[in-house]
Amino acid sequence: MTPPDPAVSVRDLRKNYGKFAALDGVTFDIYRGETFALLGPNGAGKSTTIEILEGYRDRTSGEASVLGVDPGKGSLDWKAQLGIVLQSTGESGAVTVREQLSHFAGFYPNPRDVDQVIAAVGLESKASTLIRKLSGGQCRRVDVALGIIGTPTLLFLDEPTTGFDPESRRQFWQLITSLKHEGTTILLTTHYLDEAAHLGDRAGIIAGGKLIDIGTIDAIGGADARVPLVRWVDRGVSREQRTAEPSTLVAQLVRENGGRELDSLEVVRPSLEDIYLRLVAAYESDAPTSSANELAQEAAK
Amino acid sequence: MSTVTIPSLPAGRTLRLGASRIVAEVRTYFRQGDSVFFTFLFPLVMLTIFSTAFSNQSFGTDAAGDDVSAAAYYLPGMLAAGLLLSGLQNLAVDIANERSDGTLKRLAGTPLPVVSYFIGKIGQVLVTGAAQAALLLLVAGVVFGVALPTEPAKWVTFAWVFVLGVTTSAVLGIALSRVPRTGKSATAVVIPIVLVLQFISGVYLSFSQLPDWLQNIASVFPLKWMAQGMRYVFLPENFESAEPGGLWNLTGVALATGIWFVVGLVVCRVTFRWIRKDS
Repeated sequence: MTPPDPAVSVRDLRKNYGKFAALDGVTFDIYRGETFALLGPNGAGKSTTIEILEGYRDRTSGEASVLGVDPGKGSLDWKAQLGIVLQSTGESGAVTVREQLSHFAGFYPNPRDVDQVIAAVGLESKASTLIRKLSGGQCRRVDVALGIIGTPTLLFLDEPTTGFDPESRRQFWQLITSLKHEGTTILLTTHYLDEAAHLGDRAGIIAGGKLIDIGTIDAIGGADARVPLVRWVDRGVSREQRTAEPSTLVAQLVRENGGRELDSLEVVRPSLEDIYLRLVAAYESDAPTSSANELAQEAAK
Repeated sequence: MSTVTIPSLPAGRTLRLGASRIVAEVRTYFRQGDSVFFTFLFPLVMLTIFSTAFSNQSFGTDAAGDDVSAAAYYLPGMLAAGLLLSGLQNLAVDIANERSDGTLKRLAGTPLPVVSYFIGKIGQVLVTGAAQAALLLLVAGVVFGVALPTEPAKWVTFAWVFVLGVTTSAVLGIALSRVPRTGKSATAVVIPIVLVLQFISGVYLSFSQLPDWLQNIASVFPLKWMAQGMRYVFLPENFESAEPGGLWNLTGVALATGIWFVVGLVVCRVTFRWIRKDS
């Protein structure tokens, strides 16, 4: 069996701004139907990557293919297959939510039902409100609604839940989960690692323009990064120990404690956030110039 | 490389989406207070001020010896100014803002054809420009008692000068929208151009009283010709002697405006980008 045709394929992707390499040879695939989370600190190159794939930026070198098409040369037919939620928008918003969605629905050959989309993003009560009168989180939900109105094959979500309250975020997760069930391929960037863990099938971590790790959500960082941590308090002193056999360690500690309960005992399996932070910290200590690079990239913007 | 083919969009959607853009554009236009005041109502405000301030002055007499009122005298200039404001000023500022605030970036990510977007903008200008001209004519006729022409031929001339003038002004506005770096600087770039053109093209100042060299400069630009076409329609025939060369020169009006239309269209097609890549 041949591997499935990837929805997105990137090989040695590079982007230079003058002498500064914002993307320094990134390679990955996103398979059809998968949700891929692209993670990384601010200025690491996430948005540069996603905007190259959306066709907004030109690459300096390397190969990129999005639904089999070079994104630098995407036709309208190609764009009709995409849904794009950009990182930030600041339009004047002199249209109502329903007007805007109905108008955009007309651009696509196979749009979703406008009222269903409004309901899916939880804006039923704001459907007739001018977009400029919505709160930041509500505007963001309009962005998401506009991204999915055309029934995209491939959906780009660049930090989609910024400004959401916890309830809206849960509702958004449900929406994305239902899109996944419909077979939509999704490229997600987010700073919320719980969101990436909840929605993503695989993740790539990008730092300093390089992909420092890639894998399924439950395997990224490698087995070593997933070793559980046992924490307890011994005579008022916090202690912690990393071990692949936490039960054995706890049993031993209890024995040493004369069979008494340990104070404040915890066995913690590293979350995606813990693993992510460790990977990024390890990368940055190996590459002392990276923070200088980030400053240079901010300047380049 | 890929085995999956992307379905083609149905044919004929460019015009259908153009029509849908016109509706959306007109709706947005009238919901923005600044565009309504500074482009839509501005010529009307100026006509009212001039007609009131100079109500006791005579601007000449027609063939029958009747005085030409200030309102009658200024009406053609204000109609021409309306063409420039509704087209050039409105679109140059509007599109520069849309480029700045992310509207164009969002549209660039959708399968909306650029031509449909252009149709929407030019359609918005035609609709709002027509409403503006109708309002000017109504106020001039009803409030200031200006006698409007009764010959159908004059209205035919009005129609082509209006349509040619407003579309030329619109494409020049789209072309000019490339110049401002940000939406905030758009008015600073566009307003002086529009203002100077109005002063040298016979909108606020009587064209015949400008020095020859200034008239020659103004003749390079389209507003002078639009104003001249409007004067032919609305001023008494004996005013022709005050025109350059003593002629209305409608052929010149059509030629000069037509050339600017073509130039503007080519510049739009060559320079228009949804976004400034890599800025």
